[in-house]
Amino acid sequence: MATIAPQDELLDAPLRVDLYRTMVLIRTYEERIRQEYHADKTPGFDIGKGKVPGEMHLAAGQEPVAAGACAHLRPSDAVTATHRPHHLAIAHGVDLDRMTAEIFGRDGGLGHGRGGHMHLFDPAVHFSCSGIIAEGLPPALGQAFAFRRRGTDDVAVAVTGEGAANQGAFHESLNLAALWRLPVVFVVEDNDWGISVPRSASTAVADNALRAAGYGMPGERIEDNDVEGVYRAAGRAVARARAGDGPSLLEVHTLRLWGHFEGDPQSYRPGLATLDEADPIPRYRRRLLEEGVLDEGRVEAIAAEAAGRVGRAVEAALASPEPDPATATAYVFA
Amino acid sequence: MTLVDQPAPAAGAAPPRRLTMAKAMVEGIAEEMERDPSVFYLGEDVGAYGGIFGSTTGLLEQFGPERVLDTPISETAFMGLATGAAVEGMRPVVELMFADFFGVCMDQIYNHMAKIHFESGGHVKVPVVLTTAVGGGYSDAAQHSQCLWGTFAHLPGMKVVIPSNPADAKGLMIAAIRDDNPVVYLFHKGAMGLAWMSKTKRALGDVPAGAYETPIGTAAVARPGRDVTIATVSLSVHHALDVADELAADGVDAEVLDLRSLVPLDREAILESVGRTRRLVVVDEDYHSFGMSGEVVATVAEHDLDLLAAPPVRVAVPDVPIPYSRGLEQAVLPTPERIADAVRRVLG
Repeated sequence: MATIAPQDELLDAPLRVDLYRTMVLIRTYEERIRQEYHADKTPGFDIGKGKVPGEMHLAAGQEPVAAGACAHLRPSDAVTATHRPHHLAIAHGVDLDRMTAEIFGRDGGLGHGRGGHMHLFDPAVHFSCSGIIAEGLPPALGQAFAFRRRGTDDVAVAVTGEGAANQGAFHESLNLAALWRLPVVFVVEDNDWGISVPRSASTAVADNALRAAGYGMPGERIEDNDVEGVYRAAGRAVARARAGDGPSLLEVHTLRLWGHFEGDPQSYRPGLATLDEADPIPRYRRRLLEEGVLDEGRVEAIAAEAAGRVGRAVEAALASPEPDPATATAYVFA
Repeated sequence: MTLVDQPAPAAGAAPPRRLTMAKAMVEGIAEEMERDPSVFYLGEDVGAYGGIFGSTTGLLEQFGPERVLDTPISETAFMGLATGAAVEGMRPVVELMFADFFGVCMDQIYNHMAKIHFESGGHVKVPVVLTTAVGGGYSDAAQHSQCLWGTFAHLPGMKVVIPSNPADAKGLMIAAIRDDNPVVYLFHKGAMGLAWMSKTKRALGDVPAGAYETPIGTAAVARPGRDVTIATVSLSVHHALDVADELAADGVDAEVLDLRSLVPLDREAILESVGRTRRLVVVDEDYHSFGMSGEVVATVAEHDLDLLAAPPVRVAVPDVPIPYSRGLEQAVLPTPERIADAVRRVLG
């Protein structure tokens, strides 16, 4: 289990490689889903067509949040994610084959095709997500409550976006978690955009971490989409939660590299042409290469490993049968 | 904690005791909390106060603040907390003080509590009991008097139970806590036997000692009769029984069917009763349109259009918010007078 890393010391090389590897696996996955998603929606674009229908919110650019935070977690810890959940699911070790089958709407999926990509539940690693802004936070409180009652030091990481920080559920959850000193780490992914509305037009404070003070908990903002910064801050927050000292709030200034959903023309968004310059993965790769933590051979091996893993997941998904329409009313009640 | 006015009888003997519906409900909760350490209760004013409508009286003294938790006025947060704890294997009972308050937390109820089992393809269970007070009749106006059970019942993923009497209040509570699904448990303020509110005489009733379950999804014939079926729930069961007694003097033999659960709805019991009486009055303290009363009538119509000898009559709250002023409120509630009129009408 990773421990708190002093701010002024370099992280261990194997850990840094792991962070990079996780980010590459996520990006490889999102690129492949994007490709599969668009492959059979032409001519034109019909959202309901193809082997991956419906809304698709991909997390390219937000990998540092997932890799940095989930590196501190074990399968018995909970993660609740948003409508944009793949990066967190992958980093927390959700079963990739069954997750992919769910995204493809197959019977072998995590939810037998009932949930789809916004409703991924893997109880083996206490992972869940919700398509409703900020409403994934309250259940995380309950998971944390149960962990504490069970007498473990497991924690719940409750992730949401910067747009959600203006929802009532966000504020109610921070207050209750702090009041009851629940082992929760709140993580706000600030990707600058609530669909088409920039945070400057939605949020009265420049830094959502400041809001932590209103609830008597520590708050910290991590700039520059820096995976190592996320890792260090999450380490402090997770350690605090495990020690029984209550919740923390982190905000990560991250990047929505692609549209809100696939098919989003992003005509509202300036600077699209130079967006790739802010991509956190090449930047981290260059840094690790420069510092001798990685070499080109290792980079290629990591990429090949990720491509292989994602390829197997997609193959497994496509090999899984479609759910039988006659079972459409199953699973309403236990 | 003393829940009863006399010492509890030894196991095996167990003669019924006379309890209010509130005390019977609390007894069911307490017995399950004794039996199962994963059961806990949370909500607003459920600790030292004992529940505004007596739903938790004595539980804090018996089980302590670790298992009987007063929450902040943050229904979204604590409703979701209950769901998350249930996902992790606990069995929370979470109280929404008034059903009317669901507006501030409905997303946690219908999009999370009710849907997670389905979305997970059956892999995640959510054994939450959501208790909530319903009903009017005491001039609490438009935001504190509604029943709204039709809304919960309309949305898939929640069982919906509505006890009308003390014995069922205990048995349905135990069944709800033991159920692996979300169960919405609606108790009528006017049936709880509260000292500070006018109540039906049947708010006090025989309650068996010890644990027993009233099966969810089974209706009960509260009064057998031959001439007409009055199908209803909650406080209206008592009004219907009063009306039946009154009409018996005129030679009318009315059957009162206490549906007890809306989800699942005991459609067979409805069809069986109406099959005998061939006349149907549905009494519903919820709004008239798109709700329970329409569902009961549709159940009969879909089964056999010739089952009824006369058109059915619905007695419900007309589609208007509950008014404050006493006379106005009584004009919209399903009062005994309106029920009696409906029965006479359906009998021609």
